[in-house]
Amino acid sequence: MNKLKMAASALALCAMAVPASAEDVKVGVISILEGAFAALGQDGIRGAELAVLETGGEVDGNKIEVITMSSDASPDSAVNAARKLIEQDGVDIIVGPLSGSEGLALRDLSKSYPGVTFLNGSSAAQDTTLRDSSDNFYRFGGDGAQWMVGVGDYAFNDMGYKSVAVIAEDYSFPYTQVLGFMTEFCEAGGKVPEKFWTPIGNKDYSSVVYSIPQDVDALFVALGGADAVNFLTQYSQAGGEKPIIGGSITIDQSILDSKGPFKKLLVGAPAGTPTVGDYDGDEWKAFTASYTEAFPDGFSAPSIFAHHYYMSAKAAMLALDEVDGDLSDDHAAFRAALNDLTFTTPTGGTMRLDKNRNGVIDNFVTEVYEREDGSLGNRVVKVVRDVDQLLGQDEEVFLASGPVSRDNPSCP
Amino acid sequence: MTLFLIVTLNGLTLAALYFLAASGFSLIFGLMRTVNMAHGALLLLGGYVGYSIVDVTGSWGLGVVGGGLAAALAGAIVQAGVLGWMQGDELRQTLASIAISIIMADLMLWYWGGLTYQVELPDALAGGQRLPVLGVGYANIRLALMGFALVVGIGLWFLIQRTRFGAVIRAGVDDQDMLRALGYPINRIFVIVFALGGMLAGMAGVVAASALSIAPGTDLQFLLSSLVVVIVGGMGSIGGAALGALLVGLAEQYGLAYAPTYGVVFTFAIMVLVLAVRPQGLLGKAEL
Repeated sequence: MNKLKMAASALALCAMAVPASAEDVKVGVISILEGAFAALGQDGIRGAELAVLETGGEVDGNKIEVITMSSDASPDSAVNAARKLIEQDGVDIIVGPLSGSEGLALRDLSKSYPGVTFLNGSSAAQDTTLRDSSDNFYRFGGDGAQWMVGVGDYAFNDMGYKSVAVIAEDYSFPYTQVLGFMTEFCEAGGKVPEKFWTPIGNKDYSSVVYSIPQDVDALFVALGGADAVNFLTQYSQAGGEKPIIGGSITIDQSILDSKGPFKKLLVGAPAGTPTVGDYDGDEWKAFTASYTEAFPDGFSAPSIFAHHYYMSAKAAMLALDEVDGDLSDDHAAFRAALNDLTFTTPTGGTMRLDKNRNGVIDNFVTEVYEREDGSLGNRVVKVVRDVDQLLGQDEEVFLASGPVSRDNPSCP
Repeated sequence: MTLFLIVTLNGLTLAALYFLAASGFSLIFGLMRTVNMAHGALLLLGGYVGYSIVDVTGSWGLGVVGGGLAAALAGAIVQAGVLGWMQGDELRQTLASIAISIIMADLMLWYWGGLTYQVELPDALAGGQRLPVLGVGYANIRLALMGFALVVGIGLWFLIQRTRFGAVIRAGVDDQDMLRALGYPINRIFVIVFALGGMLAGMAGVVAASALSIAPGTDLQFLLSSLVVVIVGGMGSIGGAALGALLVGLAEQYGLAYAPTYGVVFTFAIMVLVLAVRPQGLLGKAEL
């Protein structure tokens, strides 16, 4: 009888022990799968899936289950998606969102869910991590200002542009991009006489086109997706000939792969970005190869979104591996592992976090060129390694300049 | 001053596009009292089909006609297959058409993907013109757009005011029961009008894809603009659609040029004002 009891309790222990060591880890991925950003958002999902695929779908015997949700670029849609993932699907980790103001909203939301770890997708507003950061919100990537490092300097010194007009969408991410560009450009002595902030999803830019001052040397265009296509088309149709300087998603591979005659205008245009489709680093080539193998219907190279969702999901997988899938005690061990994590990024740099849990990244200055088959690609002009969120400035000085907005920074 | 004139011209060309999109919507509402929420989806379908045709054949004209026909067919199927079954029950029709528009949008996303498409223009329309007096470049396609809208507007007016079929439609707008009692095959007329509305939407889609661009989400943008246009202009009146499109197009462009941050507000301010002062729309007939 006793033996039987013992056997039974041993069996029970085993039965309990098995799920404890091989629990499913649920990862919720939030991206934009509708509207103007749909193609880009889909690529973000590919990036996250790729990182999970590389682990073979499990870490130390813990199955990784990926659940995707769509948002629509508005903060409340991202919050709804996250709530659904947490409360209905019971996810442990969230990877996302895609767009700037969504990131700010999820950063705030993360404070009410201490039991869930949030890893930013590709949203790149500055204040997501710089001001009022949240202990369980991580960004294994840069903000929009880090993504422009090198460009202002290049535009002033190498291209010789002294005066630039800005055309950008009216929300947190382009504000941050403009800050990154203007910080260097204005310090070098350049002027930005006029900034045009347009509503996101705007179709008809013709009135903006005709308001651009004639005496500027170039245009800094920080528009994404269909907005960039629309603006550039209408600008070229109206006979506009000013050279273009691109924001990070203005000249992303997904835009270069879009169809239309506007693309001629972009050849030679410099841009700042953490992701270059045609980069010839060994790590990037390997990354591109596994991307195209896993997703034959994807873009010709991973976009900035695939790259960043990949890095976040990758960081989650690596940290999970380090703690053997242990998410107990409100993810304490897992988060400690995330904080101390360093890994080699697809661009060959070393990813690590600063004290606000924001990534220290590699950035590229690129230029658009025409490939032999007539399609367009970005090639690297300059690589800047180890770019931190303070853009190399002193923390107090940097914070004192205040949050980015339509009017900050300014150098007319 | 130059800027003001240019912006006005922009407003007129945008209004032309809005008119093309809204005229079909208004026509359908005028006859059947159906608020066809799938109108934007028909427009996007036309745009995509037009793109594919131009991509294969290289002929822009063929693309416009093909896109229009595809949307006309889809419109006829929607009316004959779904909305026709609930004729007279406007709320149900509206809800069903919302469902149709969501299904169509997802099917199109599945087939064409989420990329942004632009229809390649024929050489004659591709470039720009130096405008006399103003001395700035202006896109040919936008000028052509105004001409296109004028032709469509006059064609519609002629069809409705001067032909026998138009007389039947007008009679249907005024008194559907009487028309039915006189032995007209009203269901078939409904399907034809729906196809005509779809055709207008589809052609507007191809033109929008040429002058601007189309992507998932374009359907809702044009549905919204069509709604605002017909609410301002008056449901069911072609002249009203033209007037509404003019006001909305100009408001949008002045807003974008002079107060870009608050530009969107202007459009809705006009709508609120019209609803408050003249709820049936500027040229609409009051409901009895």
